[in-house]
Amino acid sequence: MSMINDGNILSLVTFLPVVGALLILLFRGDEATVARNARYAALWTTLLTFALSLYIWWHFDASTASFQFVQKVDWLGGAISYHMGVDGISMLFVILTTFLMPACILASWNSINTRVREYMIAFLILETLMIGVFCALDLVLFYLFFEGGLIPMFLIIGVWGGKRRIYASFKFFLYTLLGSVLMLLAIMAMYWDAGTTDIPTLLAHDFSSSMQTWLWLAFFASFAVKMPMWPVHTWLPDAHVEAPTAGSVILAGIMLKMGGYGFLRFSLPMFPVASADFAPLIFALSVIAVVYTSLVALVQEDIKKLIAYSSIAHMGFVTMGIFAATQQGVQGGIFQMLSHGWVSGALFLCVGVIYDRLHTREIAAYGGLVNRMPLYAVAFLIFTMANVGLPGTSGFVGEFLTLVGTFKVNTWVAFIAATGVILSAAYALYLYRRVVFGALEKDTLKNILDLNMREVVTLLPLIAATIFFGVYPSPVFDVTAVSVEHLIANYTAAVEAHRVAEAGRTALDALHLIATR
Amino acid sequence: METAASTLPAFGPALPEIALAVGALLLLLVGAFRKVSPTRGISWAVVALFALVAVLVAGQGDIHAATFGGMFVIDPFTRFIKLLVLLAAALSVIMSVTFIRRENMDRFEFPILIALAALGMIMMVSSNSLIALYLGLELQSLSIYVIAAFNRDSARSSEAGLKYFVLGALSSGLLLYGSSLVYGFTGSVDYQTIAAAISTSHPSVGLIFGLVFILAALAFKISAVPFHMWTPDVYEGAPTPVTALMASAPKVAAMALIIRVLFTAFPGITPEWKQIIVFVSIASMVLGAFAAIGQSNIKRLMAYSSIGHMGYVLVGVAAGTVEGLRGVLIYLAIYVVMNAGVFCVILGMRRAGEQVENIADLAGLSRSRPMVAFLLAMLMFSLAGIPPLAGFFAKFYVFMAAIKANLYLLSVIGVLSSVVGAYYYLRIVKVMYFDEPASALEAPLSRELSVVLGLSGLFTLLFFVYPAPLVEGAQAAAAALLP
Repeated sequence: MSMINDGNILSLVTFLPVVGALLILLFRGDEATVARNARYAALWTTLLTFALSLYIWWHFDASTASFQFVQKVDWLGGAISYHMGVDGISMLFVILTTFLMPACILASWNSINTRVREYMIAFLILETLMIGVFCALDLVLFYLFFEGGLIPMFLIIGVWGGKRRIYASFKFFLYTLLGSVLMLLAIMAMYWDAGTTDIPTLLAHDFSSSMQTWLWLAFFASFAVKMPMWPVHTWLPDAHVEAPTAGSVILAGIMLKMGGYGFLRFSLPMFPVASADFAPLIFALSVIAVVYTSLVALVQEDIKKLIAYSSIAHMGFVTMGIFAATQQGVQGGIFQMLSHGWVSGALFLCVGVIYDRLHTREIAAYGGLVNRMPLYAVAFLIFTMANVGLPGTSGFVGEFLTLVGTFKVNTWVAFIAATGVILSAAYALYLYRRVVFGALEKDTLKNILDLNMREVVTLLPLIAATIFFGVYPSPVFDVTAVSVEHLIANYTAAVEAHRVAEAGRTALDALHLIATR
Repeated sequence: METAASTLPAFGPALPEIALAVGALLLLLVGAFRKVSPTRGISWAVVALFALVAVLVAGQGDIHAATFGGMFVIDPFTRFIKLLVLLAAALSVIMSVTFIRRENMDRFEFPILIALAALGMIMMVSSNSLIALYLGLELQSLSIYVIAAFNRDSARSSEAGLKYFVLGALSSGLLLYGSSLVYGFTGSVDYQTIAAAISTSHPSVGLIFGLVFILAALAFKISAVPFHMWTPDVYEGAPTPVTALMASAPKVAAMALIIRVLFTAFPGITPEWKQIIVFVSIASMVLGAFAAIGQSNIKRLMAYSSIGHMGYVLVGVAAGTVEGLRGVLIYLAIYVVMNAGVFCVILGMRRAGEQVENIADLAGLSRSRPMVAFLLAMLMFSLAGIPPLAGFFAKFYVFMAAIKANLYLLSVIGVLSSVVGAYYYLRIVKVMYFDEPASALEAPLSRELSVVLGLSGLFTLLFFVYPAPLVEGAQAAAAALLP
């Protein structure tokens, strides 16, 4: 047996960042030395984690919908175990997390100068918790990772954030916690109903339809806040704006995806009947999110806030696609989440680049950057186009598929959501024009420098991903296809069975009524 | 009957209590005859005595036994609780060593009174009749009245002691009145006889009244709403190690009493007491969460925090099942450890030679003493019940039981109030990490405080790695009480 094998790779990838964090804790010396060593240690740890995580993709068997790289160890007893594994739905989120982390560390290289050691430790611990969310195959373990992430994120926003960091960090923490505690109660109810919190077992378990309704609502409370869906999205603009650049990248790139992942992993397959019942509600909220938050984005004066609102709009497409529950819709939802992961992350990195130079996020403070920052203008353009959903970028594929998938189910929803695509072009291009184009008139911008080597290195992989998966999305769909097919098949069967049973019961009731008369 | 009267009762089951009593009295003699201040030595001797007693308790094994005419029982449940009480008492003695010398309270009676209080606690845990219960409870209470007012020169300390005494005496009166009603309507003070009497006849109004009075008195001891009014004032006024003690050991013992009385003497009227427990639980959780928000004194904050935590423990009692009891025991164990850690930091809050107690005094602690700040932050997250810290598992097990017992409303109110509670715990983290530093606090913690804080923090952080021993221990103890 080699050190790395299919049975422990997920645990290795998950906990490697914590090992790096412990290492950083041991550094001694004066503050500058510790800070420099902490930066390098964090960078190497995240790079190593990314390299290791590629092992998972490499050895992934795309022809099966069952869980792979499974590891199961006794933990809390009573059928609550340490159970890790990935399938086509979760695997790419693990890669996304490990892929974005080095960029986050690089983005914080010069912009974080206070308490660097603690900062890096917080990020590494956060990475462990995020990877764990996507690998956990036990509900309690999932909840542990899911909620545990609040602690480092709270500190990241609160310690290294902007002016209103305290308000934003508290709002973020309490909002998310409020949604999640109800999910915790639902998890317990599921434990007593099924006798376990093991996810594969629960996926095969039939919950009664009345119970499904309550469980669905409890999970919805958590994931809708995390996603975030209108109208529980208000924590997001605050948190994104006040967080340091890398914190915004993580929030937009990965933490939002936990909501969508939760819908796909739990709500749809475990509570299919309730999901079908509530799909119209999700459609309504998604459409409102797409249109309303796009309009809100149009009038923002703050670059980060604009991108934050655009994130909410894009997540609206995801929820719409997921609950359309068609092959295209769900595939598109997953792709949209992945694409949005690096595109929105990259947009926040782009904001970080100019924020580091001018220390303001006001759109009005910029203008004509193209004259002095041609490289930056190109990078920002690519990500803006991807955010708009221009064909040829990864942003297009997801949006298009979710719309196609939803069109089959509900034409009106798809129609209204499609107007969001136009609106997104409006606010994104408007932003780009105000920041990059025009004459360079402001004195503060006269000496601004273009991207340096570190920033180019940070953004280049993200540009590559945006273009590559925009032109050739198959690697993603190859991984997800079988798992999604399996998910949709089970979902449709469960909903059909319920319909038949309902119809049967109604018929029986009618017969009974006739007989008694 | 003749043989019973002529032979001595079996002392074996009560050996730990006897050892503790004899040991405490011997140390009292030692203290009285020594010329130089023996406080420090006696403190450590008391800790050693607790350790010895704990070994004796643990050595009794998984037996069920009764002695003294059935008034005194031992089983795995009492063993679990006694070990926990001894741990909590020992921790507060350790935490007091430096404090009482510095604050001019250097008198050797202090640790001995804690030993006597602990004796009262472990006696009442083993009580199997209302008389034995009262004796244990009074021994505990009288000792704590004295140490609450131990700082004679401080008006606040005297006020705390007096307030605690007056209200404590009232609750003792309630307990006696309730006990006499129960005796009058069932003809016995023995738990099993009471249970038998209830099972054969329809419960009378008088009996219910008696139960309500007993519960009111015990709710006073665990400072559950609506009998919590004394808590913030007494916690604030009492010397800090005494507050640390009051927030842990007596709560554990009184909670064990509530469980034993309800589950062995009154199982026949479960629906009647269940609604009382549910109400008290909800009221404590909600008041504990909301009232703590406005506090600026950290000891008062911890008072409201403890009120809230007792509410969560009562969720497990309300479930009334083995799972519920297991949850209660896990919760109490984790709570005792977290509580000790937090009070270590409070004891270490000194500026210009004075003890300071305002939350604002912690400002910028993360810069001046990063390790202490980190551990306190983790303890705060844990008290708020955020995974993967120990406090999450405490809440997890009690709510798990409540869900199984179909107490949905109670559970939903409980978890929602835990979100409100999270706000004030976060506030302490905010003060330490986000605020600009105030003038730094003095000198590092004394060595024994650092050790206790470190162990408490490690336990809180790493509990999730290997929770099995505590969970299984609690399971066995709970199963012993509810076959």
